[in-house]
Amino acid sequence: MNERHKEPSEIMDDGVEAALSRLTPEKIQAVINSVLKGETGARFKAYMDTCIHCGLCSEACQFFLSRDRDPHYSPVGKVKQTVWPMVKNKGRVDTDFIRRAVRIAHTECNLCKRCVAFCPFGIDIAYLMTVVRRIIHKLGATPLYLQDTAHSHASTMNQMWVKEDEWIDTLQWQEDEARAEIPSLRIPLDKEGAEIMYSVIAPEPKFQAQLIYQAAAIMHVAGVDWTMPSDIGWDNSDMAMFTGDYEIMGRIKRTHFEAATRLRVKKIVMGECGHAFRSVYDTGNRWLGWAQPPVPIVHAIAFYYDLLKTGKLRIARKYSHPVTLHDPCNVVRGGGLHEKARYVVHQLCDNLIEMHPNREHNYCCGAGGGVINCGPPYKNARVAGNRVKAEQLFDAKSRGAHTLIAPCHNCHSGLHDIVHHHGIDLEIKFFSDIIYECMEKPDGSE
Amino acid sequence: MVVSSAWDWSIGEKRVDTKSWTERFLQVQEYQVSADGESVAAIVALDDQAFNVCVNGALWDTPFDKIWRLRFTPDSRATALVSADGQWTLAVNGQTWPESFDYIWHPLVSENGQHIAAAIQQGGRYAMALDGEVWPNDFGTIAYSALSPSGDRTAGAVQVKVADSGQLEAFQEGTFSAAVDGTAWGSTFVNVWHLVFSPDGQHLAAEVRQSLYDYTIVVDGKPWPQQYTCVWAPSFDPVTGHVVAPVRKDGHWKMAQDGELLWQRPFAQLWQQRFSPDGSRLAAIAATAFGRWTVVVDGHPWPVTFAGMVSDLTFSPDGRHIAALAKEKDHWTVVVDGKPWQHRFERAWPPVFAPDGSGSVAVKVEMDGAFTFAVDDRIWPHAFERNWEPFFSPDGRRLLLPTMNQNGYCRKVVEKF
Repeated sequence: MNERHKEPSEIMDDGVEAALSRLTPEKIQAVINSVLKGETGARFKAYMDTCIHCGLCSEACQFFLSRDRDPHYSPVGKVKQTVWPMVKNKGRVDTDFIRRAVRIAHTECNLCKRCVAFCPFGIDIAYLMTVVRRIIHKLGATPLYLQDTAHSHASTMNQMWVKEDEWIDTLQWQEDEARAEIPSLRIPLDKEGAEIMYSVIAPEPKFQAQLIYQAAAIMHVAGVDWTMPSDIGWDNSDMAMFTGDYEIMGRIKRTHFEAATRLRVKKIVMGECGHAFRSVYDTGNRWLGWAQPPVPIVHAIAFYYDLLKTGKLRIARKYSHPVTLHDPCNVVRGGGLHEKARYVVHQLCDNLIEMHPNREHNYCCGAGGGVINCGPPYKNARVAGNRVKAEQLFDAKSRGAHTLIAPCHNCHSGLHDIVHHHGIDLEIKFFSDIIYECMEKPDGSE
Repeated sequence: MVVSSAWDWSIGEKRVDTKSWTERFLQVQEYQVSADGESVAAIVALDDQAFNVCVNGALWDTPFDKIWRLRFTPDSRATALVSADGQWTLAVNGQTWPESFDYIWHPLVSENGQHIAAAIQQGGRYAMALDGEVWPNDFGTIAYSALSPSGDRTAGAVQVKVADSGQLEAFQEGTFSAAVDGTAWGSTFVNVWHLVFSPDGQHLAAEVRQSLYDYTIVVDGKPWPQQYTCVWAPSFDPVTGHVVAPVRKDGHWKMAQDGELLWQRPFAQLWQQRFSPDGSRLAAIAATAFGRWTVVVDGHPWPVTFAGMVSDLTFSPDGRHIAALAKEKDHWTVVVDGKPWQHRFERAWPPVFAPDGSGSVAVKVEMDGAFTFAVDDRIWPHAFERNWEPFFSPDGRRLLLPTMNQNGYCRKVVEKF
């Protein structure tokens, strides 16, 4: 028998509860005020002073739409339940308030920034939620699974506790595997002066090593001068950005950029990940003092676009199934890659069935912003909080879509949960899955 | 320390036919060149299952199942990490260490090239090996491995207490320490990063996090009394032994020494500090404001700033001059004592000072998709498919220029241009 789905307010997180048991009203007040006074400025004040509580942001949020338009799930409703009382009460809030703030800021907001486009004043409510997360971090009350991931980042400079030797060994294993198919293929380690450093997120060596294989095959076939670092800095992901531990976020990003600088590459190409793009392209670099990434960052979508547009990659046969495309928030609203993504789709597939709304108006997958990383306790609530995405997917399926392309790891996982929960029967793939399957390969490939 | 006085500094060229290697072998990987320029080497595939190292056309005696990380030591010996029958070890000029391991990585070489250390894993336990000899103790993990300048001591950040994934409180109580020659400090920390030996190898400093929020510097296991919201890697004063490190407080970075502020001026960022060889000057890379990067010398920034990045801060051997690379938009330049060169490059490699006190700087650069050399903002009028970093003769009057084009490898010695 299935366990009854818990209401979000009933979910217990051992990490949060342990932290709350240690907090005092004085501690809570001191932390809130130190963050609000010491770490916010004109931007925060402008948002606080400008919002007229019109609620137009509500229509933007998949949680609001999926939860029967319950105003508690509207973006402004989340601010009303978190930031405003903190400010109004000068930090005098209790542990029940903090428990609720953790749930709202960490599990009911994906920081997807769709609401920014709906606000008549352009108030960035995702930013306000990150302020709440920073306070929660300073209180030590980050959800357990997400905090553990931050611990991994801090200790190993990668997201999944991958040890230094395991990383290199995995690359060499994938090189061996790929050489059975393409005998001259290499995964060049520490090739100083290569054009490109290719970076991935830690789930790839941990669970999805075939994605490294596929990337190596694509690089080889396209004749790319590339390398991967054997040392730390190979992981571009960054859950510390989402826990509000900006000191660790900066350390991770510095390590990443220094790996590229040490190898003297011209640019970094990153795999199909959305939040990592946000971290290297926007948030992490800026915390370190770089206005722009010090080494140019190319997301996989843009990289594949270039390879296909210039003819470095040729498609031997198009993918036979109708596809639909999910627009990851961080690379579409955050990076403007939606038309390049469609160019790549059309090069690979004859039949793209669009979801609506799409492009920069897409619905978030519900997993991003570190929400999926809060782990199993919140999974059912997360899936229930994105019914509108399920409806979108079902609509695309009903119009013939067979395959869902999701060029982002968290989107991939989050959409998998939705598809599985609702029995939508869509096969989910990365671009690299389809490119690897459909590209021309050299003679002699086995 | 490289002793270049014994090298052949005669004006002229020495060539190695590397072109034929591509015909001899199934695959030729990246070429590496020895410090004296006399040897060029590459990992080569003999067939699908066997690899070897080719040095100036001659193979090592024994092939291996796998080889990676081919590099020359400062005394021009070829080293690589090699595997046979599923076990890994390190080979020097084709001779392997007697011991082999489940894995070996991150080789480190002493300044004179005589000693080599590496991180090793055996049976899921971790340690360091120095010239093939493994630490007496092993650990659950190792990272940030370090070798003293003279090569007689090794260190690594190690996990000394078990905290399984998800055990937040156990982790935050501190499970990491540093081990020197296999013996861990008595103290533990939430995290330990970037271990640095003192020039005499007698002391070890590191960055640590004492809680999720409190950072400081630890020397020989003892933390500074002050805590900060962040710190970066420490450095030892080569003369006094004082330890300096960039520290962050109230949103700004300052330079601290032994826990006290050394530079009062705050910066938006501050890192990669270097002492002059005589310890009289301290320089660092800094952002004076958001997105404006430069070099700071003894607390005073250069008058020029750059939007891209600044890297490769280098003191001249006499400590009188400082050079760095600076990036503006997509191009690099060289900056010496605060004055940028006129030329712009697609890429540049670390500046190399002449040892004669002239302040001359030579750099390997990429221009228009080809590689060449630049000296004091003058460009060598020949381009190459690849080249390696230039080296000044002991009197500073000549340059060793390792290059490669379609005809093969060429070691050139030319008058400084």
